[in-house]
Amino acid sequence: MSDAATFPTNRDEDWRYSDVKALKALDLGTFEDWRDIDVAPGDTSRECFVITDAGEDANVDSDGTHLTRLRVKVGDGGRCELFGVIAGGKFSRVEIVVQLGEGAHFELGGVTLGGRDTTREFVTRTAHEKPRATSNQTIRAVHWGQGTGNFLGRIDVVRDAQKTDAAQSFKGLLLERGASANAVPQLEIYADDVKCEHGATVGQMDEMARYYMAARGIPPELSRKLLVRAFIGDSFVNLDDEAERDRLMDAALFKLEQHL
Amino acid sequence: MLKIENLHTTVGETEILKGLDLEVNAGEIHAIMGPNGAGKSTLSYALGGRPGYKVTEGSVSFMGQDLLDLEPHERAAAGLFLGFQYPVEVPGVSNVQFLREAANAQRKARGEEPLTGGEFLKLAKEQAGLLKLDMDMLKRQVNVGFSGGEKKRAEMVQMGILAPKLAVLDETDSGLDIDALRVVGDGINTIMRKPDKAVLLITHYQRLLEVVKPDFVHILSQGRIVKTGGADLALQLESEGYDAVMVA
Repeated sequence: MSDAATFPTNRDEDWRYSDVKALKALDLGTFEDWRDIDVAPGDTSRECFVITDAGEDANVDSDGTHLTRLRVKVGDGGRCELFGVIAGGKFSRVEIVVQLGEGAHFELGGVTLGGRDTTREFVTRTAHEKPRATSNQTIRAVHWGQGTGNFLGRIDVVRDAQKTDAAQSFKGLLLERGASANAVPQLEIYADDVKCEHGATVGQMDEMARYYMAARGIPPELSRKLLVRAFIGDSFVNLDDEAERDRLMDAALFKLEQHL
Repeated sequence: MLKIENLHTTVGETEILKGLDLEVNAGEIHAIMGPNGAGKSTLSYALGGRPGYKVTEGSVSFMGQDLLDLEPHERAAAGLFLGFQYPVEVPGVSNVQFLREAANAQRKARGEEPLTGGEFLKLAKEQAGLLKLDMDMLKRQVNVGFSGGEKKRAEMVQMGILAPKLAVLDETDSGLDIDALRVVGDGINTIMRKPDKAVLLITHYQRLLEVVKPDFVHILSQGRIVKTGGADLALQLESEGYDAVMVA
């Protein structure tokens, strides 16, 4: 995607909201470091990941830069599921390029969280190249301080990919003034019998819901936690593994609790 | 139990309550009626401490405490229940989770042991049964996708579970059909018609008062209580209208 000979800049469409300065910490070779996930026809593959700078599982320095690049190929009738939390690094980016076979499915559930001056983002490019493939992406971003959460999601549906069903949902929740969230849905559709949905909203905590909870005796810190937990829970609704779901939720909530 | 003296409340720049006095004792049910814009909902929100409803003068004592000095969640733990005219949706949080957190937060504030999961579910089932609300409804998200009537019944289930001392019910009868009105009214009687509890019913219409018989009826107009009487005052209002009764 990007030219490995030079660093990306904000003029590059895919890096528009990225912290490109933080990228300088990386070796240029890192940009060519794509990991392949190949799902054979009819198979199912699932990966869950947490990028964090808190606790023992730290895999990125809190001032560090993290770049994950995945190239996913799903064979006919196969299924690839990715669920992840990005809660660490000054700049962390998970970039996923997906190519779907006939009747294949791609599922992504992602959460970004962060404060200070951090930037955390999911960037996806999903190619529906055969008929009847489906994809579903649910990203939730919770940020505070000067933190930024981004989702750039491109969907390409080629002319022959009839009966494609692709959905993208992004919601940003900004806990403090100064935080920001950016969503860039990009749909390129060349088939006529397809269903593609995308939705993006950015908002603040629902104060009326918080008052309602207070009127029933729930203190403000607890109502905030319950609402944020409900908000990010959307991303993992389709994760059919309770232990993994708990692990991801716990990682996200741990990050939040340090702030809340 | 509740003593309101000379209460003044502003919303934005506008003064809505202009010196309201009211006393409610344990074992009593009071109805507050009044024309649109009289300040009925403002009274309930002022008591409930809703942000934006500013008390500029006067005092409210509740169970011997200065109510106005407490945060909204502390008022609930002290035994105040505010029934909302428009119950609020809380997406992603189930009624069961919401109510268990609420009940246990209140118990914690009062220095009581939390309810276990089993104890809570037993209590929730009893109260839902009383209001003829299906337990499946309680597993759903708070008020999300509920009809107007279901929201009001769910509010009464909340009241049953939280067992307040004083319930301030703001137009709990709005949006209810005749059968649901009966169920909700019976629920209020069963839960709150007790020697150590009291109710402040805020309503437009006489019809709820046929099921929940008030001991006192007050007419609120232009931010003050202008007339107080017994249950017959509500009947008189229904037949003659506010203007005629307030002049008399």
